Amino acid sequence: MHKTSKGLKIFAFLVYFFLLAPLVIIVFASFGPDKSLTFPPRGFSLKWMANIFKVEMFRKTFLISIKISVIGTLIALVLGIPAAYALSRYNFRGKSFFNGIFLSPALIPGIVLGFSLLKYLVIYFKLPIYTSLLIGHVIIIIPYIIRVISSSLSNFDYSIEEASMSLGANKVKTFFTVVLPNIRSGVIAAFILAFINSFNNVPVSLFLTGPGLSTLPIQMLIYVEYNFDPTIAALSVILMAMTAVLMFIIEKTLGLSYFAK
Amino acid sequence: MSLISLEKITVGYGNNIILKDLDLKVEKGQLVSLLGPSGCGKTTTLRLIAGFLDLQSGKFIFDGKDYSHIPVHKRNFGFVFQSYALFPHLNVFENVAFGLKLRKVDKSEIKNRVEEMLKIVDLLDYANRFPAELSGGQRQRVALARALVIKPDLLLLDEPLSNLDAKLRVKMRVEIRKIQQELGITTVYVTHDQEECFSISDKVAVMNNGIIEQMDEPARIYKYPATEFVARFVGFENFIDLQLISKDDKTLVLKAKNNTEFVVDNLDLYKGIEPKKGAIRPDDLKISSIGSHEGSNAINGQVLVRTFLGRDYQYEVKTELGNFIVNHEALEIFEVGEKVSLYFPKDKIILVK
Repeated sequence: MHKTSKGLKIFAFLVYFFLLAPLVIIVFASFGPDKSLTFPPRGFSLKWMANIFKVEMFRKTFLISIKISVIGTLIALVLGIPAAYALSRYNFRGKSFFNGIFLSPALIPGIVLGFSLLKYLVIYFKLPIYTSLLIGHVIIIIPYIIRVISSSLSNFDYSIEEASMSLGANKVKTFFTVVLPNIRSGVIAAFILAFINSFNNVPVSLFLTGPGLSTLPIQMLIYVEYNFDPTIAALSVILMAMTAVLMFIIEKTLGLSYFAK
Repeated sequence: MSLISLEKITVGYGNNIILKDLDLKVEKGQLVSLLGPSGCGKTTTLRLIAGFLDLQSGKFIFDGKDYSHIPVHKRNFGFVFQSYALFPHLNVFENVAFGLKLRKVDKSEIKNRVEEMLKIVDLLDYANRFPAELSGGQRQRVALARALVIKPDLLLLDEPLSNLDAKLRVKMRVEIRKIQQELGITTVYVTHDQEECFSISDKVAVMNNGIIEQMDEPARIYKYPATEFVARFVGFENFIDLQLISKDDKTLVLKAKNNTEFVVDNLDLYKGIEPKKGAIRPDDLKISSIGSHEGSNAINGQVLVRTFLGRDYQYEVKTELGNFIVNHEALEIFEVGEKVSLYFPKDKIILVK
């Protein structure tokens, strides 16, 4: 064990407390019986949990969010895996430029990205709102895909690719039979991480949703503007639980330390 | 006609030329080694034959056909990698069966051929293990089985034993040679280990700086190196610059810089070449008290360093012609600083370019 100073321990504790306390409050408050968010709750009730399923817009937007996130993530994987492969396998002119381009959506503020996509896709190109939302989501999650796939490829021994070719497989066949199976856990992790980011996204979705098409986070935002009851707290607890389960799967498949590189 | 024929091959990255005008011929059924220090181009030559690299100029003829631009997966050559490059997601059986599945061999025949091959490399009991569960030597044998099961037209081995411990290395090289001869498969073997390569090869090509310095049977290379580089590689540590004065059928007479004459046996090898240097092994050079040798093939010097080798002592002796390394049995000891005579027997001096 490393010897750590007491002061640092206390500091770390305070930081975690500051970060996590609001979430704890939300969890407790969501089980309260009152009509407004109260902490500590005076009693126990599941009526706000039940209320989530009574609001029709939540059910509708939840399905839209799932659909957008799953389809968006699949498209981003199809684009991102070959890109990550090319970036780690080959040296070519402008490699760092392309690397920068692919990772840039993670650095640009979501509001800026959302607004420019609205201007560009919806107003200028007159694309349907659903398509625009999907494109927006693909753009924001590609950096995550590339990061994760690149780090799983960094441990990849490319001589097994040559071994496959020397045994008679062409490049495409080699990619599917040798490369892909060996970065499988990276692909799973990339999928989950990208899905979470897409599902929870607000800033980009805010600009690319409209009448008749909304995502769950946006719908929640609209709901809290007019209602103060703990339904949103209850819904947040469910979303938190969902995210926690997914992160747990990543941790089990390849460890969160994967992303610390 | 040779099975493999590389003709004036040049390979380079940018301005960095790795192979220049390389010629190499390999006869059917032979095991030929490419030997040399790292960076000499031996692995590049092997990868070029395999098709992993493109050649810039020249031709690669295989079995009478131009293979220069045939892609890797259509060549039907077995390749064994230094890192073994087993497929980590497949077990031993599936690793070996990989090439057969691609060839659309039917299932029962795949099973027969894979099992037969695993029997040859003595791994039949390990068919269901994954590469991560095998030792280095076992992985090496899986790699060999995987390359051989496709009945390749040519077997290419890239330093296949360098990741094994010394004892296993000796065992595996005998194993490889045995299998190679049983199957009669033409093999190109890359190594930097002189002993390994001499022990199993029909022919050895010693490479340096992208060219083949000498290609011959191991025993001949060991005895009669043609160039200074090859001579150093096979253990000649002493060199003298020499100039030819006269020659007849039996002997050559040459002169060193200090005008000492050296008489050397005339060998067929020297026909048509201009020898520039004499080379001699530390074991063949004779050391004795000063004055015991006068005249030709002898020089005087002073002991600089003495080290104990077990049966022998090794001396470094300083002379007018440079320093020489001599091994001499421990029965007779010379002290550091002592004046001594060095004698070069005429049948032990090899002339090199």
